[in-house]
Order: sequence, then C-alpha cells, then structure tokens
Amino acid sequence: MSSGVAGECLTTRSALAAALPWLTRHAVVCANGHISRWACALGDRPDQFYMIGSMGLASSIGLGIALVAPERPVCVIDGDGNLLMNLGSLAMVGALAPQRFLHLVLDNGAYASTGNQATISRRVALEEIARAAGYRCTARVRDAEALVEWLGRFAVASGPALLLIETVPDDGGPAPRIPLATRALAARMQAALTAGNSSARAERS
Amino acid sequence: MTPGEELAAGLVGAGFDFFTGVPCSLVASLITALEPRGYVAETREDAALGLAAGAALGGRRPVVIMQNSGLGVSLNALGSLQQIYRLPCLLIVTWRGHQGKDAPEHLVMGRAMPQLLDAFEIAWRPIALRTLAADVGWAADEIARSPRALALVVPPGVLE
Repeated sequence: MSSGVAGECLTTRSALAAALPWLTRHAVVCANGHISRWACALGDRPDQFYMIGSMGLASSIGLGIALVAPERPVCVIDGDGNLLMNLGSLAMVGALAPQRFLHLVLDNGAYASTGNQATISRRVALEEIARAAGYRCTARVRDAEALVEWLGRFAVASGPALLLIETVPDDGGPAPRIPLATRALAARMQAALTAGNSSARAERS
Repeated sequence: MTPGEELAAGLVGAGFDFFTGVPCSLVASLITALEPRGYVAETREDAALGLAAGAALGGRRPVVIMQNSGLGVSLNALGSLQQIYRLPCLLIVTWRGHQGKDAPEHLVMGRAMPQLLDAFEIAWRPIALRTLAADVGWAADEIARSPRALALVVPPGVLE
C-alpha cells in the first residue's frame, strides 16, 4: 500500500522494541531464531509463545490459535526465511481470513541464526503475495515512524493484516537463548489462552 | 453409518474437537464425516501440525489426518514442536505401501513408517473396524495421561 519515509534503519531488536508495546492485547507467536530470543529479552509475557524449532510454522500456529479463540487478537512475529519456508500459510490465512490476525514479518533478507546467508526476500514482495492471497491490509515499512503509524492503522482495521518490516542486521550478538523450558512455555500459553482474556487484559492495561 | 462416520463419532465422543489435515483416499469417508464438524483443509501436513499446535495451545484436542507420504513432511514439526512442547495431537495416518502392495512411490515409506514412528517416540497402533472404539479410547487415554503426538494408523480397506 505504501512505503515508510526515509529514516534510521530498523534491526530485529529495534523493530521488536517499537512493536511489542502495541501488542499487549494480542496472543503473540514468535518465529524461531533471533526473533524469539529478542522478543523474550525485550518483553516476555505468559501469552507470548516462542517457537524454538519447527521453522516455518509460526504463522500456522498463530492461525490455529485464531481459529479456536476468534475473540482474541493474535500476532505472529515472523521472519522472511520462516515465511518463505511456508508460503502456503499465507494462502491459509487469506482463505480463512481471521479478522484479528496480525502478521508482522521482520525481513532482514537473511538467515540470521545460521550466519546471515541471504534469503530471496529482497527479490520477492512478500506483502504483495499476502495481498493476493486474501489478506485485507498489507504494507511495507522501513523505519520506526512508519512501523508505529501502520500498527496504529491496523489496530482499528479488520484483518487479516500483514506488515512487512525491512530491517538490517543487529550490531553485536543475538539475545540470550530462551531461558524457559518448552513444556513451561506451552503450559503458560495454554493457561493464558484458556483462563478468560478479560482479566489478563485488565492486568496489563 | 459408514466406517468413516463411525470413527468420526468415536473421536468426537472421546473429546477430540479440532480436525485438520491433508487427504488420502483411504480416509476419504472420515474427512467427509468431519467436514460438518469444522475440518480445516490444510496445504501441507507440517502446516496442519502447526495449526494443531495452535489449537492445542488454545485448549483443544486436535486430530491431524494425513497420508503416510505426509509423515515425511511432518517429522521436523513432530520432533521440534509437538514432542518437545508436549502438545496433544492425534495423528491419523494412512498406511500406503502396506505389505509392499501399492504404487512404487509408496513402497519405501510403507516399509519405513513403523520405524519412523518408533524413532520419533510416537506411540501408535493400526486400527481395525472391529476395534475402532478401543483404538480411539486408547489414543484418548494416552493423550490425556501424557500430552504428545500419538498415531492411529489406517491400513487399506478399513475405512473404505
């Protein structure tokens, strides 16, 4: 739909730092690799799920949550490598069209966890594929100002929505590994999703 | 009642409440019976496992239906999602290549499937028409006792 204005380049870390405060009402599913690690380090919450393996499936997991908890906003924080591995998921989300589904794609053009080998994302407009697949709202941004502007627009729009966020590699090392056991991650997410969302929302607001 | 309808009713009666997968002719009657119960047609078997994981995080008891060719597609998801997060997931996997009698593309997986399921610590049993209720009961009890992926394997002829 539009591009962000010129500004300071985003990284995985700075994009998450800008986006996470907008997602406090969402059930969040984070793709494996640096995305999960930074999301955990910057703003861990019980209703934020970190996928440590099963690369490609973050959007499928988020769609599953959206199908069984349609009243709950769901945000998938994906990467370009993850999404390219499971492009069929764009078709599934577009076809089933959950209205409160927000798909953020942190596109650094690389498989960061394995040494920044290039993906093909710089030559493929993933947000246009999403739009063709049936996402109602899509945009591409390149800086924090545009990121926040579009998160604000999507907060009041009917989804599914996809925001492609162009990033550059972070300076320095990645965030620490997720300090929680996988069983504990699943158990707390199940508790958060099945306990009734109103009290959780009130607690955080 | 077709065998597929009987199995579908057994699954619902045992508490399974989210259905997705990719079709195989051996379970066509089951999928037909589950469509009115919200069966979600997925694009790939591993994506169906992702969908099922999300449903399980939302408190559901999911079932994922697939041909055993799709088990090959699914192994990473099973090993790095369902099994380590201990998410309940009943697989209903058809046994193409059963006893070496099938089209060539099914023979390698038909032979390897039992060892693959065992290697991924996925408890499984083949179903038969006369034991359907007991087979579903076993799966429901095992998943309730210890949430993880389990498999009911469907040989040719059982649900057709």
